[in-house]
Amino acid sequence: MISALVELNPLQLTFYSAALLAIVASLKVVTSKNTVHALLYLVVSLLAVAVCFYLMGAPFAAGLEVIVYAGAILVLFVFAIMMFGLGQDETLHAPSVDGSKVNQFSLWFGPFLLALLLLIELVYAISSGEIQARLTANTIDAKQVGILLYGPYVLAVEIASFLLLAGLIGGYHYAKPEGVGLDRKNNLGEHG
Amino acid sequence: MIAIPLSHILILASTLFVIGFVGVITRKNTLFILMSLEVMLNAVGVAFIGAGSAWQQADGQVMFILILTLAAAEVALGLALLIQMQRRFKSLDIDLLSKLKG
Amino acid sequence: MTDNMLPLMTETVLAFLPFYPLISFVLLILLGKRLSWRLAASLSIAAMVLSALSSLFVISQLSVDIPVITSHLWTWFTLSLAEGANQTNQSAASININFYLDGLSAVMISVVTGVGLLIHIFAAAYMKADENFSRFMAYMNLFIVAMLILVLADNLVLLYLGWEGVGLCSFLLIGFWYQEKANVLAARKAFIVTRIGDTALAIGLFILFKELGQLTIVDITQNAQLLWVAGDDKAYWITLLLLGGAVGKSAQLPLQTWLPDAMAGPTPVSALIHAATMVTAGVYLIARMNGLFLLAPEVMNYVAWLGAATLLLAGIAALAQSDIKRVLAYSTMSQIGYMMLSLGAGAFSAGVFHLMTHAFFKALLFLTAGAIIVALHHQQSLFKMGGLLKRLPFETALFAVGLVCLMALPGSSGFFSKEAIIAQLWSSDTAGPLLWYCAIFGALLTSIYSCRLFFLAFMGESRFEQNLQPSSSKLLKFSLIALAVLSLIGGVFANIIEMSLAEVFPLDTRIVESDPYWLHSVAIATPFVGIIFSWFYFASYRSKESAASNKNTFIASSSGIATFCRQGLAFDSFYHWLLVKPYCYLAQLNRRDVFDQLLMLNAWYVGLCHDVLKSSQTGKLRWYAAAIGLATFLLLLVLSVDVISTEAS
Repeated sequence: MISALVELNPLQLTFYSAALLAIVASLKVVTSKNTVHALLYLVVSLLAVAVCFYLMGAPFAAGLEVIVYAGAILVLFVFAIMMFGLGQDETLHAPSVDGSKVNQFSLWFGPFLLALLLLIELVYAISSGEIQARLTANTIDAKQVGILLYGPYVLAVEIASFLLLAGLIGGYHYAKPEGVGLDRKNNLGEHG
Repeated sequence: MIAIPLSHILILASTLFVIGFVGVITRKNTLFILMSLEVMLNAVGVAFIGAGSAWQQADGQVMFILILTLAAAEVALGLALLIQMQRRFKSLDIDLLSKLKG
Repeated sequence: MTDNMLPLMTETVLAFLPFYPLISFVLLILLGKRLSWRLAASLSIAAMVLSALSSLFVISQLSVDIPVITSHLWTWFTLSLAEGANQTNQSAASININFYLDGLSAVMISVVTGVGLLIHIFAAAYMKADENFSRFMAYMNLFIVAMLILVLADNLVLLYLGWEGVGLCSFLLIGFWYQEKANVLAARKAFIVTRIGDTALAIGLFILFKELGQLTIVDITQNAQLLWVAGDDKAYWITLLLLGGAVGKSAQLPLQTWLPDAMAGPTPVSALIHAATMVTAGVYLIARMNGLFLLAPEVMNYVAWLGAATLLLAGIAALAQSDIKRVLAYSTMSQIGYMMLSLGAGAFSAGVFHLMTHAFFKALLFLTAGAIIVALHHQQSLFKMGGLLKRLPFETALFAVGLVCLMALPGSSGFFSKEAIIAQLWSSDTAGPLLWYCAIFGALLTSIYSCRLFFLAFMGESRFEQNLQPSSSKLLKFSLIALAVLSLIGGVFANIIEMSLAEVFPLDTRIVESDPYWLHSVAIATPFVGIIFSWFYFASYRSKESAASNKNTFIASSSGIATFCRQGLAFDSFYHWLLVKPYCYLAQLNRRDVFDQLLMLNAWYVGLCHDVLKSSQTGKLRWYAAAIGLATFLLLLVLSVDVISTEAS
């Protein structure tokens, strides 16, 4: 096992450790009691996957992963949790017996540790000349993706735009306070 | 040449997928289910990117972008529904939503 | 008109003959109550007049040189036999709408159109007040159409069409006043009972076609005589089945029970269908298929015995009836029994001749009875009549004429035909002296019940208190008088009929010399014996004094035997006990239909599946997700096992 590890080149080593990080973080997402903990772990998991993407020769996808997933979507989660009190439920029902101290600690320590590991890895990957050399050999850059996206896949892009529009309208419709712009307030209220 | 074997990438993707799936079926909190879904979608993305890089085709990344779009729309709607749920049931317990019981 | 034109014209007239009443039927049904009485009556009667004139014309064209006139209208359909089943070379038979006129069908169409016309005229007057008058006349016309098709058909399929058509019309007309339950039940009974015979007939046709590959009557007769010798098994079974059909339609034993109940219909219907024409369809069928029946002497013997049994049974039952129409119904059965007896004895032309004379006098009797019933405010019970001789002299005279013919007193038409039958019984191969005695006894019974009827209804003290309402309609009287004249002088047709039928039936080669010398005198004397016997036996019915004193005893005369006879020798209750009750019992047993339960098993199974699947619908989203995951796992498992196994091999 160890000899196998030694034989790995730096790129592979980085990839496998990032993958391990992603798996551990994902496990924590699924198992943690606290909503915010889970979110932080999710961020770490996504970042680790972004590293994997980078090492697989897809820097554009890695960038999108960071920007859209770890950036936009997770921010959406955070805002939803904070503004609408969605996190309360689980923390209330969580078997947190021993006060806020442990909670406070576990709130930041785990994600911090994992993120630190990820950072080290990332720095190493970027600074290591060997990795860079290996990567440039099989990178698929944004230009190729863009040509393909607006060439053969233009219809899929259109459909995706419809999907986003639907998501926008649906999100607006469901999330707005009850009764705003609605004549059927009473009906909805009865059903609730 | 690719440095990482495709099979390893796919194992990573499957592992992430299964972790997400386990989250979906074990957690009662709808928010966690939503996050687990994100993990699952992400795992699919890994599989696509891995395949794309294995064959040196940009199609994998195109697919990833589409998945990204899907995830964004899904999260927008899902969170909005979660807000509705919180308003109506004062709870996020998915098991409360069982009106379709046969 | 040149001579060449004449055959063509005859064919055309023949082709159109049944269609006048059909057109009238369609018009009457379509226009319905919008027609006034005058219009509806003249329409239906005009159609009948056209048919009657046409038949007169085509019959006049028949001669020794032209024994048969056929008219091809169109090909109906083609039947083909399955390979290997046919014994003849011909594998396909085309069923045509062909009309075939020979001596036999000439007699039949003259009876159908002639008597039919007179009855239509009577009915127009009789049913004048009925609100569904045009429907009634439409049915009557349809009946005539069906009957004409029956007798003119050149093949058995077309004959079967007419056969079922008259059955349908009989059903419609018995149940004409469908708002009364008894009528509906009678109609249903008639339909179902005759259906038994019809089924036998249909099966007979199937076998006939399978064996001979033909359904055209002439071909059947020829082929059968070529292929089979007398006493052939196939001929035996086929003729037995045909006899089954004839028995049902002609109300012979054992399917006779429907006829007395059929008297529930309007009286012109009883006259037209249940006395003069339809019930003789069975007689016609046997006469028409005589070539086949001659090949099965045993069946001929059965026919004779059936006829004899029916005529005795009906005669005995008629002795005890209290309803004037039921007496006539039983006498119809017994007279048809005579025809059957005659056919069975091989005396075809005598039987057909009796069919014709019977049509005349039975129509007369029924119509006169109808006129009397109307005059008595729809009172049909004989015990409520009496003394009508003075109060309704015209009807009494007509009725007496009918009864004289029925009793076959010398000089009347019934005499010629019935004597012709009885004379041939003794020396017939398929009948014999025993049947001769039956016929003589039947004649005795006939005269006794006729006298009883006459004494009860027309003599003695009047037991009907209300004022009479005799109809003064000229139409009514005209048709009655015409029928009476026909009944009286019907005997003069004897030679004409015998001549025209000579072509149809095989020549009678029996030696008549073997008959004892007293046969004829006994036959002639029998009715008089009956009259004298009844004169004394039923003295109380005709004497005024005792009638006045015993007014109530007539009504209450219900000893065991009388009731037994009145119910037609209890055949109805016998069948009820034998067939209806077991059937009802089985139906009761099988109320929760076994096959239904088998079907319900399906429903139960579906319900079970529903319950199982319903319990899987927990409404819990996570369970659904888990189920999807499990299914995916299983699918992948199957796939990988498949891949592994193919790799291993």
